[in-house]
Amino acid sequence: MTAIPSHHHDSARRIVSGYGFWIFLLSDFVMFSALFASFAVLVHATDGGPGPHDLFELRTVEMETAALLASSFTSGLATIAAARRRMAAFQLAMAATGLLGLVFLALEIKEFVGLVNQGAGPQRSAFLSAFFTLVGCHGLHVALGLLWLTTMMAQAFAKGFRADVLRRLLCFALFWHALDIIWVGLFTVVYLYGVYL
Amino acid sequence: MRSQVEDQGAAPGDESDREGLSEGLGSYAVGLALACLLTLASFALPSLDLVWAPSLPVALAVLAIAQMGVHLVFFLHVTSGPDNVNNVMALAFGLFIVILIIGGSLYIMHAMNQNMGMHGMSM
Repeated sequence: MTAIPSHHHDSARRIVSGYGFWIFLLSDFVMFSALFASFAVLVHATDGGPGPHDLFELRTVEMETAALLASSFTSGLATIAAARRRMAAFQLAMAATGLLGLVFLALEIKEFVGLVNQGAGPQRSAFLSAFFTLVGCHGLHVALGLLWLTTMMAQAFAKGFRADVLRRLLCFALFWHALDIIWVGLFTVVYLYGVYL
Repeated sequence: MRSQVEDQGAAPGDESDREGLSEGLGSYAVGLALACLLTLASFALPSLDLVWAPSLPVALAVLAIAQMGVHLVFFLHVTSGPDNVNNVMALAFGLFIVILIIGGSLYIMHAMNQNMGMHGMSM
């Protein structure tokens, strides 16, 4: 090991960290698949209450989708800026990512509050329990991602682009992109299938 | 020395070609364009009356899976390159479990509802 220069050592650690985090993300996908499966099984179990047609507004979902997709792109810009060691560009791209994530979260919370206020909260039916669990779990991931994002902005600012900071940034970028992949399944299965089928 | 490190593969999220940083932006831009296109298609398809109505769920599923593929390749940089074998193998196993859970649950509950005579299943 001592024969390998330090940047090779860093490169190997980066691969191991990224691979380990990739395994975690795949296990997260497996957890979401269980939530997707329970939603698909319970989608018709409305107990005489409101169903997907009556509740979902695709206008909101379109804006949420646009915000999250744009944030995935700006997160990619932050990755490029970090690779080029450009601190100002990195902080700007991360701030944009965070703001777009915040827009997504605000739209989702507004939707949830609206549903609860019209008596379509998670206690109303098995369909709504499954809906709030699935979509809320994704929203929780976004909220935790925002916390992680601000932490990484602070770490990069305070410590610079050290190897350990760059490893954490790699994992954060993977996490953020993975959230967008889950959202693609969500807007298709929950909202588009719900409204049109 | 260099090949010794390369043998260990690439981290998911890293470009396969470390020198091609200028191509990094291109990858994200292409990914964004393709993802926008597929998203617009998903949202527009049901109201456009372009496809035969009963095939709509399949068409939407194909668009969603295509977009997930675009995200994996252009945003997460999980590619078919030789340094990505470990990442792809892990992904394949994850996909196997995901398909087993979703497909299995739907099949079991469908078969059960049929046996119970609950065709509409309006619990």
